[in-house]
Amino acid sequence: MIEIKDLHKSYQMGSNSLHVLKGIDFSVKEGELVAIMGSSGSGKSTLLNILGMLDEADSGSYFLDNVPIKGLNETKAAQYRNKFLGFVFQSFNLINYKTALENVALPLYYQRKKRKERTDKAMNYLGKVGLAEWATHLPSELSGGQKQRVAIARALAADPKVLLADEPTGALDSKTSYEVMDIIQGINDEGRTILVVTHEPDIANMCKRIVHLKDGVIVEDKKVEQVRASQYV
Amino acid sequence: MFDRDRWQEIFEAIGKNKLRTFLSGFTVALGILIFTVLLGMGNGLLNSFLSSFVDDAQNIIFINSGNTSKAYKGFQENRKIQFKNEDFEFVKSNYIGKVEFATPRVYRNSQAKYKKESGSYSIRAVHPDHQYLEKTIMMKGRYLNEIDVNERTKNIVIGRLVEKDLFKNENALGKMLDVDGIPYKIVGVFQDSGGDNEERIIYIPYKTVQLLFGNNDHINQINLSYNMAMSTEQAIAFADQIEQDFKERFEVAPDDQSAIRVRSFAEDIKETMVILGGIYFVIFIVGIGTLISGVIGIGNIMTFSIKERTKELGIRKALGASPKSIIAMVLQESILITSVAGYLGLLLGIFVLKLIGNNLEEFFILNPKVDTGVIVVATITLILAGLLAGYIPARRAARIKPIIALRDE
Repeated sequence: MIEIKDLHKSYQMGSNSLHVLKGIDFSVKEGELVAIMGSSGSGKSTLLNILGMLDEADSGSYFLDNVPIKGLNETKAAQYRNKFLGFVFQSFNLINYKTALENVALPLYYQRKKRKERTDKAMNYLGKVGLAEWATHLPSELSGGQKQRVAIARALAADPKVLLADEPTGALDSKTSYEVMDIIQGINDEGRTILVVTHEPDIANMCKRIVHLKDGVIVEDKKVEQVRASQYV
Repeated sequence: MFDRDRWQEIFEAIGKNKLRTFLSGFTVALGILIFTVLLGMGNGLLNSFLSSFVDDAQNIIFINSGNTSKAYKGFQENRKIQFKNEDFEFVKSNYIGKVEFATPRVYRNSQAKYKKESGSYSIRAVHPDHQYLEKTIMMKGRYLNEIDVNERTKNIVIGRLVEKDLFKNENALGKMLDVDGIPYKIVGVFQDSGGDNEERIIYIPYKTVQLLFGNNDHINQINLSYNMAMSTEQAIAFADQIEQDFKERFEVAPDDQSAIRVRSFAEDIKETMVILGGIYFVIFIVGIGTLISGVIGIGNIMTFSIKERTKELGIRKALGASPKSIIAMVLQESILITSVAGYLGLLLGIFVLKLIGNNLEEFFILNPKVDTGVIVVATITLILAGLLAGYIPARRAARIKPIIALRDE
């Protein structure tokens, strides 16, 4: 599903340049649930941004579902993001004047789906994360865990190939974190490929594979016995 | 542009950010309101100036005679100059192409009587052309014609107020009116925008008056109108030419100011137009300035709004919004706000002008209003202004990198 070869990325910080990614080789097969771990500054967020087409690598190759991701203009990148990827952020990033349902329906709007279809699909995904009866509520009326579940529903709405979650539990307490991980595991069980960036070992252990990043290189890549979140819920 | 969903998105964004929308709309509405009212007032000023000329044709020239003030070519000073019919014929035949209408005038003050009612009225004995020079409007019947003049008929045309004074509720048309003991037939009743005095006048064919009173061919004054194709400068030169010709004709010293007097509005109109042009220019500049400040205002607020919405736009881009759709969204919102607010301002401005109406007549503002052409132009300007005001912020919005927008503060 994801094929990365010898990826490099540096940032210009005034006069000196900061080499963040120093040759990453990395591939993810369909249906995997991968945790990307590392301390801050290890390059994990940069890697995720490149995977999410929010940023571009300096060199190296990146194939997403056998499509080369290189030199995309903004319009094309927007199109690919919409088609291939679903994002879940640490700070939820819901649009605060839209209801839960409208937030979930937004990616479908950019896919030019009909209003009726948008609402039906969005409602379906909201139900999936257990928030059907909260559809008409604004984000400000939801708890942190609920907001993240809306964000997950939104990420799923466009039916993406890969779900990218950047510290999805970073702003949540551990109980709520496990609820969110339970949902993520459930989605993965249905066969969807998911990448989770985290620095919490217990969250990483709920994935099926852990990739350890340090100073811009992968230092460890191992399969793990998945800890089911449902037992903590 | 006509994507229903996009409009829905925009209405949603507008509806949920009421203060922002109100502020930007208010700036534009105020700008347009001031622009409309200023322009209307300017037009009112123009109307007021023009109305001071409308009583008579704007291109009229008056030729008057008096007594000489200088001895010249063996003539004593203080000689009376008397115009005659031949002088009127001279004007008609000598300036072909330059003269549009011409009439002699013979003045009298007469006593008019109908049944028991009587009053003193000004008589003007004239040629039929006088109707066009004086802008006389016929209410009923007809004006004097060539036959009346040549056959010296006793047909007369009376003013609206003469009819009202003497005939009360009767219809004067076709009735006989006694003027200084001689009965005349009323063939027409007229009105005139020059005020009450102009409507208390009786017109008689000039040759009839010459025959009945003194049996001479004396004329008090000659009025003519010059061809409108002439420029103001040409008209002034033409008036000077007439003055010179008449002075030669009557052997009057070229620098004698009182024997022959030729007066035209050309010079007055020229001066007035220059002043008016200046006033108009100032109004226009002020109006445009107000409009521009309105546009800058909305541009400012849109820029601020984009900044405020950086995160939202970043999210939209992460979810697959193309730069084009972001630009379109911001532009459409901007155009919608400017158009609606501008239109409201325009309506309000027209309403204010209606309210003012003729209440400011004493300040030389008469019937202030803006015409449809200006409104159409203003509307198009508004949409363009909305485009302009929205474009820079929109482009900025489209350049927002989702990665930066989504970074946690």
